[in-house]
Amino acid sequence: MKLRRTPAAAAAAVVLALTATACGGGSDSGSNGDKINVGIKFDQPGLGLKTPDGKYAGFDVDVARYVAKELGYAEDKINFKQAPSAERENLIKNGDVKFVVASYSINDKRKKEVDFAGPYFLAHQDLLVRADDSSITKVEDLNSKKLCSVTGSTSAQNVKDKLAPKADLQQLGGYSECLTGLENKAVDALTTDDSILAGYASQKEHAGKFKLAGLRMSDEKYGIGVKKGDDDLRGKINKALEKMVSDGTWEKLVKQHFGPSGYKYEPAPKVEN
Amino acid sequence: MFDFLDSGQYDLLGAFWVTAKLALYSAIGSLIWGTALVGMRVSPVPAMRAFGTAYVNLVRNTPLTVVLVACSFGLNQTLGITLGGGSFEDIGFRLAVLGLSAYTGTFVCEALRSGINTVPPGQAEAARALGLNFTQVLTLVVFPQAFRAVVTPLANVLIALTKNTTVASAISAAEAAVLMKEMVENEADALFAVFAVFAFGFILLTLPTGLLLGWAAKRLAVKR
Amino acid sequence: MSSVLYDTPGPRAKRRNVVYTIGFLAVLGLAAWWMLSAMADKNQLAVEKWSPFVTDSRVWTTYLLPGLTETLKAAVLSILIALPLGALLGIGRLSDHRWVRVPVGTVVEFFRAIPVLLLMMFASGIYREYTTISSDFRPLYAVVTGLVLYNASVIAEVVRAGVLSLPRGQGDAAEALGMRKGQTMMYVLLPQAVTVMLPALVSQLVVIVKDTALGGAMLGFTELLSQNRQITANYGANTIATFTVIALIFIVINALLTHLAGRLERRLRQGKKSAAVNIPAQPGATEVKSDAISGA
Repeated sequence: MKLRRTPAAAAAAVVLALTATACGGGSDSGSNGDKINVGIKFDQPGLGLKTPDGKYAGFDVDVARYVAKELGYAEDKINFKQAPSAERENLIKNGDVKFVVASYSINDKRKKEVDFAGPYFLAHQDLLVRADDSSITKVEDLNSKKLCSVTGSTSAQNVKDKLAPKADLQQLGGYSECLTGLENKAVDALTTDDSILAGYASQKEHAGKFKLAGLRMSDEKYGIGVKKGDDDLRGKINKALEKMVSDGTWEKLVKQHFGPSGYKYEPAPKVEN
Repeated sequence: MFDFLDSGQYDLLGAFWVTAKLALYSAIGSLIWGTALVGMRVSPVPAMRAFGTAYVNLVRNTPLTVVLVACSFGLNQTLGITLGGGSFEDIGFRLAVLGLSAYTGTFVCEALRSGINTVPPGQAEAARALGLNFTQVLTLVVFPQAFRAVVTPLANVLIALTKNTTVASAISAAEAAVLMKEMVENEADALFAVFAVFAFGFILLTLPTGLLLGWAAKRLAVKR
Repeated sequence: MSSVLYDTPGPRAKRRNVVYTIGFLAVLGLAAWWMLSAMADKNQLAVEKWSPFVTDSRVWTTYLLPGLTETLKAAVLSILIALPLGALLGIGRLSDHRWVRVPVGTVVEFFRAIPVLLLMMFASGIYREYTTISSDFRPLYAVVTGLVLYNASVIAEVVRAGVLSLPRGQGDAAEALGMRKGQTMMYVLLPQAVTVMLPALVSQLVVIVKDTALGGAMLGFTELLSQNRQITANYGANTIATFTVIALIFIVINALLTHLAGRLERRLRQGKKSAAVNIPAQPGATEVKSDAISGA
């Protein structure tokens, strides 16, 4: 009688080996060796975008590079990690990244979990509408409109709570999805921070199709998230941000990334210590 | 531990009510569509057979998430189909029913097809000998026996459908999974309680279905 | 073309079938034409929305292929962990001891009754709150955990049905030879059951591959479907084109797996007397056994 034990044993060994390697993966320090991990967005044109050649581009990305350089890390020592909105606090708390530059607006709820350096940019919640649409001139107009925003975003919450509770709000997984709806006239406006909208509006594929409505419906101060209580790092980042404004880099970067859309950005906000 | 239930912040019953409605409407939709599909797959018209086979193979191999998102983007945002719904919440729900029916219909079709195979060929031959045409053979002789043979597989399909309604959260139909995601994020310290509540809710939805249809399967089985 | 469901078409039936065919094709064609023209109206068929997938190989190397790798990684890990676990649970459910059979049965039924998406969200919450797993791996872990819990209980049922489908004489003979219960299971019942179960297991793999997409939509797992965000952010919100391409990739992979399952089953049916068990544990696991009546 031939006992068929070998296949089972082999399968068990393979499984064990695989689970073992899978478990061995994670390193949980913000900077491993001489590299630094920085959290950015991967899917926001103009702010943080992973481009087809595998590089990263955008205002937030360049700010992160400048700050990292001031902290003593050359460009090839920066390791960018994706920081989706819902994950930003966790990334910082777990020490997965040293700091997060990802259209991260400073508010009290977030301040309970992380500390912020900056602000380095002042954005407002605004609307993106079709270029030929001039029916929205004030916030009240929204109540009869179809709006689109990203599921769980503060912009969506703002619309529901105070701006236009009667508006028909569609919440989708990403901005591109909303943009398709806007292009096809299934929705009338896409609402979120004007900096993000400007990034989309200035893409070459969208030239002339969309415009910003220019309603400043809220103030969003973008900060750089760092671990709670890490005042040393926060101080260093603040110094770097101040230097970035004073040496003209800030102005140059803003022009480079937001210029093509005709977006009227605010002057550099003062860093709060 | 379960005090989040009393806070009035979460509409638990409302969310499960949407889940139940989604499951019920999609069950009806997918039974109709699945029967139509299997009719095409065994029909004498080659074009219909080809369409039925191609449809089943394509849709069955696509993730449900993709099917639902395709309904939302393709049908609603691009083609402007609203299915008579007014607000986006309403449209999302109707599209979810459509997508779930389109997807689950393929499994109903396959279950029915194997049910047809359990009907002895003599039955259909006898029916033809009596002069019945294809539609009559199918609806009067074969389907009644096939349905009774596949109550158990169909019950499994329906239970899977009930669970699959959670995927509708991807196109923001306000059902149970959306609420659970929100609660997992807000009530992190009561994680196990949150999970227990939702698990209990789904067991409450699926278990009676399984028991009832299991009983029905025994009652209805064709004795041969 | 012959079937027991309808007579071999004569001249009139043939004419009628031609009319039906033309009518059916016309309806299909109209629907397709209406869809395409509506899409063209809305500029969704514009060349620049679709061309990146053909002309720009970077779409594949930067987004789609890494995403596909993650999808397959999650699927393979899940099946490899779920298989032995499911086998254990299945055997446990067949145990002669009540204290083993009942708890194992409860566990299996519990995880089969809960949507896999909820399992994934729960696992993700646990890993976030109680472990220090880096965010790079957390979504993968959550997805694999959810898939393993669910599919292990499905596989447990497959194993149980497979063992129960064997002729009683197999177990009795082993017992007569003086084998202990464990030996009977390991050396006699399981090896035979495995071959019977194989097609159902491969079909389950299709379900797993499809379910990985849930992690992309809801948990930030960077699998194939989730790549649409980054692609559409770079190529001018070409959401429809991107979704179509991603859906096609899924369909091709799963069609291959389904085909494999079919071939395995045919091979087994030729080689063995006992047919493959048909365990419709969930949609996807149902495979039609014979074409006795549908004929096509």
